[in-house]
Amino acid sequence: MAALAITDTADGRRVLALTGRLDAATLPELWAKTRRAADEAQPRPVIVDAAGVDYCDGAGVALIVELLRRKHTGGVEIANLKPAFAVLLKQFDPAVLEHDLDPEPPRRPAVEEIGFAAFALWRDLRTQIAFIGEAFAALVFAARYPKSVRWKDVWRICEQVGVDALPIVALISVLLGMILAFQSAVPMKRFGAEIFVADLIGLSMLRELGPLMTAILLAGRSGAAFAAEIGTMRVNQEVDALTTMGLSPVRFLVTPRIIAAVLMTPLLTLFSDLVGMVGGAVTMTSFSIPVVTFLKEIDAAVNLTDFLAGFVKSFVFAVLVAGIGCMRGLQTRAGASAVGDSATRAVVTGIIMLVVVDGLFAVVYYLLNI
Amino acid sequence: MADDIIIRVEHVYAGYDGIAILEDINFEVRRGEVFGILGGSGGGKSTLMKNMIGLNPPISGHIYIDNDDIVGADEATLERIQHRFGVMYQSGALFGSMTLLENVRLPLEVYTSLPDDAIDLIARMKLELVGLEAFTGHMPSELSGGMQKRAGIARAMALDPSILFLDEPSSGLDPITAASLDATIRRLSENLGVTFVIVTHDLGSVFVATDRVILLDRRAKRIIAEGDPRRLRDETADPRVRAFFRREAEAVGA
Repeated sequence: MAALAITDTADGRRVLALTGRLDAATLPELWAKTRRAADEAQPRPVIVDAAGVDYCDGAGVALIVELLRRKHTGGVEIANLKPAFAVLLKQFDPAVLEHDLDPEPPRRPAVEEIGFAAFALWRDLRTQIAFIGEAFAALVFAARYPKSVRWKDVWRICEQVGVDALPIVALISVLLGMILAFQSAVPMKRFGAEIFVADLIGLSMLRELGPLMTAILLAGRSGAAFAAEIGTMRVNQEVDALTTMGLSPVRFLVTPRIIAAVLMTPLLTLFSDLVGMVGGAVTMTSFSIPVVTFLKEIDAAVNLTDFLAGFVKSFVFAVLVAGIGCMRGLQTRAGASAVGDSATRAVVTGIIMLVVVDGLFAVVYYLLNI
Repeated sequence: MADDIIIRVEHVYAGYDGIAILEDINFEVRRGEVFGILGGSGGGKSTLMKNMIGLNPPISGHIYIDNDDIVGADEATLERIQHRFGVMYQSGALFGSMTLLENVRLPLEVYTSLPDDAIDLIARMKLELVGLEAFTGHMPSELSGGMQKRAGIARAMALDPSILFLDEPSSGLDPITAASLDATIRRLSENLGVTFVIVTHDLGSVFVATDRVILLDRRAKRIIAEGDPRRLRDETADPRVRAFFRREAEAVGA
C-alpha cells in the first residue's frame, strides 16, 4: 500500500509526504493525486518527503521524475529519499524526459497524402514494368539454355503448385458446378429448358470459370506462398547472398516458379473444368436428367475453340500469378510484417490483374469472333 | 532456498525429443549477480535458458525461480513466475510493426492499470536507461543490431523484473557497441540490483560483465567449470576450461 499526505507549512511550502510501496500496483491511485497536489501548490515550492517510502521500483521512480520534470514555478525538492532509491533516481535526467525527443511525425495534409499515394502507384507501376522485362529476359534465357534452369526446384514447386492444390481445386470446382447447375436449373425448368443447363455449365466452365477460378485459387495459395517465401529470403539476406554470388535472383528464384506455374496451371484448369462439369451433372440428376444425357448435351454445345479459349488463358494467368507473387516477394522490405504485407499485396495485385486480363481476353475473343 | 539464491537448477536433463544434450545440470544463481552460461556452439546454452524461462520443459529435473518450480507449473503459476523476469532474445525480438516506445509500453499496458501518461514516461525512462531516449518514435527496422538489442533490454525491464535473461547479448555487435552493452548491464546490476543470466560465448563480455559463470561442455554434456571467469582463466587445471578461456582450438564443444 502507498499513501500521500499533503501539508501546507507556515512558511508557504507544500509538503507531499509519500509513504509505503511505490510500484506499478500502487501508482495508479497515487499518480493523478500527487500531480494535482503539486500543481495546486503553484507558485509555492513543493517538498516531496520520501522518508516513509519502504520500496520504490522503476514505476515509483517515474512518479518522482514526473514531479521533477514538470515546470513547477515554485520548484520541486525531493527530501529524505533512502540512498537505495536515490541511486535509482540518479539514473534519469528529468530535463531529458521533459518532452518526447522523437515524437511521431504529424499526419500529412490530405492533398499531400494523395500526392504521395499517386507517386507510390507510379513507382510501383514502373517496378512492375521493369520486373516484367527482367522476368521475360530470364525466361528467354531459360528457353535458350534449359540446363541453366534448376529443374530440381521446378519439380518441387510443381508439386506444391499442382499436386498439393488438387483437393482445394476439386472442392471449389465441384461446388461451383453444382451451385451453377442448381441456380440455373430452377428457373429454366419453368420453361422446360433444364437440359440447356448442360450448355451453360459446359461453356462457362471451359471458357471462363475453370481458368479464372483456378487462377484465383492459385493466386491465394501459390502467389502468396511465393511472396512469403521470397520475402523471408529477402529479410534473411538470402537474396543479397545470391546477388553477391553473381546469381540473378530473378533467374534463380523467379524462373523456376514461373515455369512450374505454367506447367501446372493448365493441368489444374483441365481438372477444374472436368470436376465442375461432374458437379453440374450430379446436380442435374435430381432434375431427372441422366449423366449420359447431360454429357451428350455438353458435347454438342461446346467445341474445340471453346476449350482452347479457356486453355490459352490459363497459361497467361499462370505467368501473372507466379510473376506477381515473386515480384512482391522481391520487393519485401525489412521486418516480419513486411513479409505479411508482401503476401497480401501478391494476392490483391494477382486477383486484380487476373480479372483485368480476363476482361481483355473477352474483348479480344469478341473482336476475333471466337 | 537461501535468501540470496534467486534461481536454483537441480538435476536438469535438457534436450529435445527425449534426447538429452545436457545431463544432470546443477547450479545456483545469487540475487543481484551477473551470471554467465558459457559453452561452445551447440553446447546447449540456449536450450538450458529456454528451460529456465519456461519456454520448453526440460526432460527432467527442477528449476526454482524464487522458490517456485517452473517445471511442470500450471499455466497460472507459470505466468506468475514469468512476471518476475524479463527476457532479451538474440535478435532483440522487437515487434516490427511498433515503434520502440510502443514496444516498451506493451507489457505495461497489458499488466498494469497505470494511466497512459505514466506508462509513457516509464517506457521513455526505460529507453533512457539503455541510451535510446532519442529513438522512441523509430521502428525497429530503422535501428542497428546493437540498438535493437538495447531496446530489447528496455522492453524486458518494463515491468521491473528481478531477473533478466539475455540470450547472446553481444553477438553480431562491434566491439564498441558490445562494450557499451556490457557497461549497461553492469550499471543496471549495480544500481538496480537486477539479477542477470547471460547466455554467451563472447569472452570479452564474460570478463567485463559477469560475476560468475558456468561452462557447459558438449561432449561431456555437463558443467565442467563454475566460478569467477577471471579466476577460471588464470587458475584452472582443466585443459578444456583453459582452452576455452584462452581461445585455443579444440576447445569446449568445438
